[in-house]
Amino acid sequence: MADAEALLEPLIPALRRYAYALVRNHDAADDLVQDALERALSRWSLRRPDGDLQAWLFTILRNLHVSAARQRQRRGPHLDLDAVSSPGVTATQEAGLEMQDVLAALDQLPEEQKSLLLLVGVEDLSYDAAARVLGVPPGTVMSRLSRGRQRLRSILETGRATLLRRVK
Amino acid sequence: MTGNELPIGEDDLQAFIDDRLDDRRRAAVEAHVAARADLADRIAAERRHRTLLRGQLEAKFAEPIPARLRIANLRANRRVRWIGSTRAAAAALAIFVVGAVAGWFANGLAPTPVQSVATAGVTQSAVAAFRTFVVEVAHPVEVGVQQEAHLLQWLSKRLGRKLAAPDLQPFGYRLMGGRLLPGGSGAAAQLMYDDASGRRLTIYVRATDGTETAFRFQREGDAATFAWIDQGFGFAVTAVASRDQLLPIAEAVYRGFEGRN
Repeated sequence: MADAEALLEPLIPALRRYAYALVRNHDAADDLVQDALERALSRWSLRRPDGDLQAWLFTILRNLHVSAARQRQRRGPHLDLDAVSSPGVTATQEAGLEMQDVLAALDQLPEEQKSLLLLVGVEDLSYDAAARVLGVPPGTVMSRLSRGRQRLRSILETGRATLLRRVK
Repeated sequence: MTGNELPIGEDDLQAFIDDRLDDRRRAAVEAHVAARADLADRIAAERRHRTLLRGQLEAKFAEPIPARLRIANLRANRRVRWIGSTRAAAAALAIFVVGAVAGWFANGLAPTPVQSVATAGVTQSAVAAFRTFVVEVAHPVEVGVQQEAHLLQWLSKRLGRKLAAPDLQPFGYRLMGGRLLPGGSGAAAQLMYDDASGRRLTIYVRATDGTETAFRFQREGDAATFAWIDQGFGFAVTAVASRDQLLPIAEAVYRGFEGRN
C-alpha cells in the first residue's frame, strides 16, 4: 500500500483530462477521478502487480462513468425528451458548434468512439491497452477508431450530425 | 519486412494519423496517400482534428492537482468515513467485522480453498438475476416496498421459509421491493435495495441442498457477490461494490436471517 501514492499520483493529470473530456464539467470530472482513485485504493491488493496501472485506472474511471451515465438515463427520461423537443437547445448547440471546437464535436459521438479517440489520440495509450480499457478485442480497435474519426470529421465539416444524433 | 509489399490498410492509416508507424511503413503510407487527393484531404483533416483536440485539453492536463485528489487525503477521508459510519453501530459491530475480515484473510491464506458447488450455483443464479433486474427501469421489482408486508408474506410462502427484509439503512441502502424467480427445483426470491445514488443491491434466496458453508466471495465483471448456505437455503448478496464494501453488508444480512428462521 505504501507504493500506491508514488504510483498513482503521477497518473492523476491524465485521469483528470480524460474525465473532463468525458463529462465536460470541471467539478463532475474531479468527482469522477476521486471515485476512481478511491476504488483503485480499495482494490489495490487485487491489481496485477505486473499489469498496466494506467490502463487499469482508465478502465475503472470509464466503467464508473458509463454506469453513472446509464443511471442518469434511467432516472430522468423526461430530460432526454426535453432536450430533443426543445428547439432552443438544439439551436444553441448548433450555433455554438465552431469548426475548431473538436472537444464539443466529440460529445456527439457514442461513448465508445469518444473514449477510444481520447485514449489513443490524447492519452497515447497503445491500441492494445485501449482495447483492454474498452473491453473489446484488439482487432476491432482500428476499425472503431477509423469510424470514430470519420464521424468526427463529418460533424466538424457539416455541423449537421448534431441534429441527427440527438433524435436517436 | 519491406515496407511496400503489404497493401495499405485502414489500420496503417490510423497508425499514420497517430504517428505510430516505423519509418519504412510511414513512407509507404505517405506515398499511398499522396497519390489520392480525397484520401489525402481526409487524412490531413483527421490529423488536424487530433492535434486540435490535444491542444484543447492541454490546459486541463497542466492544471495543478486539487488537494482533495491527493492520495494521502483520500486515505484520510476513507478512515474518517469508516469511523463515522461505524460509530453508531458501536463496538459490537466493529469487533464483529474485524473478526470476519480476519477470518476472511485466514481463509484466503489456505493453500487451495475448496469452492462449494452449491454456493457456486447460488452465486450464479443470483448474479444472473442481478444482471437482469438491476438495469430494469420500468419494473425493477414485482411488488414494491409500499406493500412490504404482503411481499414478504408471499415470498415466505413460496420459498417455504420465513423471509424478512434485512435493514440495510446503516449502509445507505433501502428496500425497493422484491420478486419471485424460478430457482433450481423450486422458487427463489430476490429482494432489491438501492442507495441515494441509485446504486442497487440484491439479496437472493432459494432452497439448496448442501451443508452450511462460510461466506464465498465471487466477482463477475463488476458485480461482486457473497454467498453462503445456511439451514437448507442458499443466500447471496450482490452489488457493484468492492469486497471490502460488501462484506459488512453480507454480515448484516446473514445476521438478519439467522435470527428469524
